[in-house]
Amino acid sequence: MSRIDLRNAAKIGLMAGVAAASVSAIGMVQTFDERDLITNVLTLGQVLLFAASVLAGYQAAQQHTAAERGRTLLTGLIAGFLAALPVLGLVLLTALFPNIRTKLVNVSATLIQILTFGLGPSLGSLLLAAVMTLLGVGGSLIHVIPSRISRPIIIGLVSTLVLGLLSEVLLGVLRPLVGSQVTGLLFGTKGLRLVTAAVVFLLITSGYWWWSARGEEDMQLRLQAQNPERAQRMRTMRVVVGIVLLLILPFILGTYLTEVLDIVGLFILMGLGLNIVVGYAGLLDLGYVAFFAIGAYVMGILTSQSALGLTDISFWMALPIAVIVSVVAGLVLGTPVLRMRGDYLAIVTLGFGEIIRVLATSDLLKPYIGGAQGILQIRKPQIGSFQLVQPEEFYFLILAGCALAAFVSWRLSDARLGRQWMAMREDEDVAEAMGIHLVKTKLLAFAIGAGFSGLAGAIFASRLSSIFPHSFNLLISINVLSLIIVGGIGSLPGVVVGALVLVGLPELLREFAEYRLLMYGALLIVMMIRKPAGLWPSAVQQRELEGVGEETDTFPSERALHPETHEPMSEQVVEASTTTVRGS
Amino acid sequence: MSILDARNVTKRFGGLVAVNDFSFHVPERSIVSIIGPNGAGKTTFFNCVTGFYEIDEGEILFDGMSISGKSPDQITQLGISRTYQNIRLFAQMSAIENILVGMDPRLTSHWVGAVFGTQHTRMEEQQALHDSTELLRFVRLRGKGDHLASSLPYGDQRRLEIARALASKPKLLLLDEPTAGMNPRETAQTTDFIKLLRDELGIAILLIEHDMRVVMNISERVTVLDYGQMIAEGTPEEVQNNPEVIEAYLGRGAAAHV
Repeated sequence: MSRIDLRNAAKIGLMAGVAAASVSAIGMVQTFDERDLITNVLTLGQVLLFAASVLAGYQAAQQHTAAERGRTLLTGLIAGFLAALPVLGLVLLTALFPNIRTKLVNVSATLIQILTFGLGPSLGSLLLAAVMTLLGVGGSLIHVIPSRISRPIIIGLVSTLVLGLLSEVLLGVLRPLVGSQVTGLLFGTKGLRLVTAAVVFLLITSGYWWWSARGEEDMQLRLQAQNPERAQRMRTMRVVVGIVLLLILPFILGTYLTEVLDIVGLFILMGLGLNIVVGYAGLLDLGYVAFFAIGAYVMGILTSQSALGLTDISFWMALPIAVIVSVVAGLVLGTPVLRMRGDYLAIVTLGFGEIIRVLATSDLLKPYIGGAQGILQIRKPQIGSFQLVQPEEFYFLILAGCALAAFVSWRLSDARLGRQWMAMREDEDVAEAMGIHLVKTKLLAFAIGAGFSGLAGAIFASRLSSIFPHSFNLLISINVLSLIIVGGIGSLPGVVVGALVLVGLPELLREFAEYRLLMYGALLIVMMIRKPAGLWPSAVQQRELEGVGEETDTFPSERALHPETHEPMSEQVVEASTTTVRGS
Repeated sequence: MSILDARNVTKRFGGLVAVNDFSFHVPERSIVSIIGPNGAGKTTFFNCVTGFYEIDEGEILFDGMSISGKSPDQITQLGISRTYQNIRLFAQMSAIENILVGMDPRLTSHWVGAVFGTQHTRMEEQQALHDSTELLRFVRLRGKGDHLASSLPYGDQRRLEIARALASKPKLLLLDEPTAGMNPRETAQTTDFIKLLRDELGIAILLIEHDMRVVMNISERVTVLDYGQMIAEGTPEEVQNNPEVIEAYLGRGAAAHV
């Protein structure tokens, strides 16, 4: 395109601006502003705001070729400036009508201070407009600079920002290791020091640049071609290192982070179960939390020391019982919904999940499971005379559970049952015509998925020593479903990645908690548009993304079998094709 | 002796009689075709044979045993498999996995065995993979086992579907318009391939086709359906010259001209 598409640039710029103004107006910018990425220089709130203009500049300038430098940058400039307008409008609005807070409760004086860099409405607005316009140009610059240079810079920037975001976590880990004097040099009170950030940025950028210049793929290929035995050894090494790392992780991370990891682990366990039901077998289950609740309640009533406790058996005795009861519940739910597909199945399972929650809160079952007061004094697991109490100790129990579930999933996905599930997911009728017993296959998916969830629930109950019905709401089902979608449906590493992103991050960054659902929604939409196969797609999906099967040449063997097809189309054939009557 | 014997089969959908009092048989090791205009009840009859539809009247015998009322998976286990008019592969699975699913009725391993990796499971999987690779080679898709079924070109998908149907080692193979959507060259190839199937594997093949050339070339007997009723039966030559058939296909005027 030779002209600047003003309309497009304006549309994208304004859209980004409205988004930025909206997240400001709902208070997100202000909340996020409390987290410093680089001390006294940049906060998360500002990044959120500025990301709008960078993305607008990038997106708007996409229509130009790299050669049209001036036009590209100008488009970025326009988009960046327009992205600033709605935000400026918000500032202006508060300056003109101080009473606006009665309508927009989150538009506080602090927010205006953030938006205007604390310089007052007039000067601050000008600066904001200038900064956002420049960032728009910055976004469009990505198209102008060759990717050889821009890629390392982007990766350096993003990594530095992520490091800044996690600086509180890093502080917690590093302080006991290297002492507070060293960490004081690297970090400010909350974020990275400016010098640290600059050094990190330079290191990562130059490191990546150096790495890509040497051709990482080339090197790896050569390595593998040279010595397959060595490549195999390297792989084994990597696995061993990974296992050792997993085993010593809680000692590195400390109590608080291990607790977060425990929660992530429980969600991974549930995710692995739901991945079988939804990812492999294609049965959309929205009531998955029910099995988690059943596992937890069975553990509760079997081992509680309170009046509700039925028996006095140990955690280890109760664990298999909890899993078995969950499996049976999976079968019970599975049986009536066998004939349902897709949306109908989703609705029925949704109802099932709610039934379990309502039963747990009901007066009817209150004498047995405690109603809204829940069950207290649930036993901790005991090995000999040693009791698992600390998060670090539970970590190993959860790790073992996840490892078991992942192993079973992996083995099954590659086996006959896994293929039956996938065939059923792809086309139920054809799968049945292939001799697959649908009832059995579906029930197995429900039962195994429920078993994993029940295991997670039982551990959950013991970890907290008490359970309450409100812990088992619909949101858990949605969380688990979201994490497998974001991670990559049908992919085992995807479950882990999804749980880390959707469960781990909000736990680490407290200010995310308030906007958790908003961010889930935004993330899911972005994922569906940009990366529908997930962050870590399954092998099959990856294959599709790489686009194998492009070559359509006939094979030599075919020619041998059909010598006659080499001749030009015979008249007979033409004739025959015209006699094809009322063809479909 | 006939491998398939349909006796007075009737299938109704409400007031519509899709298949009406249809008697039909497929001798062993033969290629038999059913032709007829669209909506004549050909695919409905296929669905009755494979157990997708329950027949309202009559009886279908396979290998001397009644299969009426059996479910599709049971019928497949007995030795009938099919392909579909509009290809119905498992799109998000690889070519080799598609064939492995087709092989499922022959496999015996249990999922618990798969978890523990028992010797029986491993041996069976190895054998299955070997057989599937053979089949892939047989349908001239060697080296494409890892490709996603949906990423294969049309002709390959057709052949892959046949390979999937063959994987269960059927005694009777039902092909529903195997050459639909193919150009004359591909059609000729497929026709030869179907012949090859019968000659090499010794199975009976029941074919639904629109393309007269395919039917006349390879079938030993042809049955013509129109409005759910059999209007002609015989060798390809007999059927081709039957005025009723010409009328059904081309209308009354055309029949008068012949």
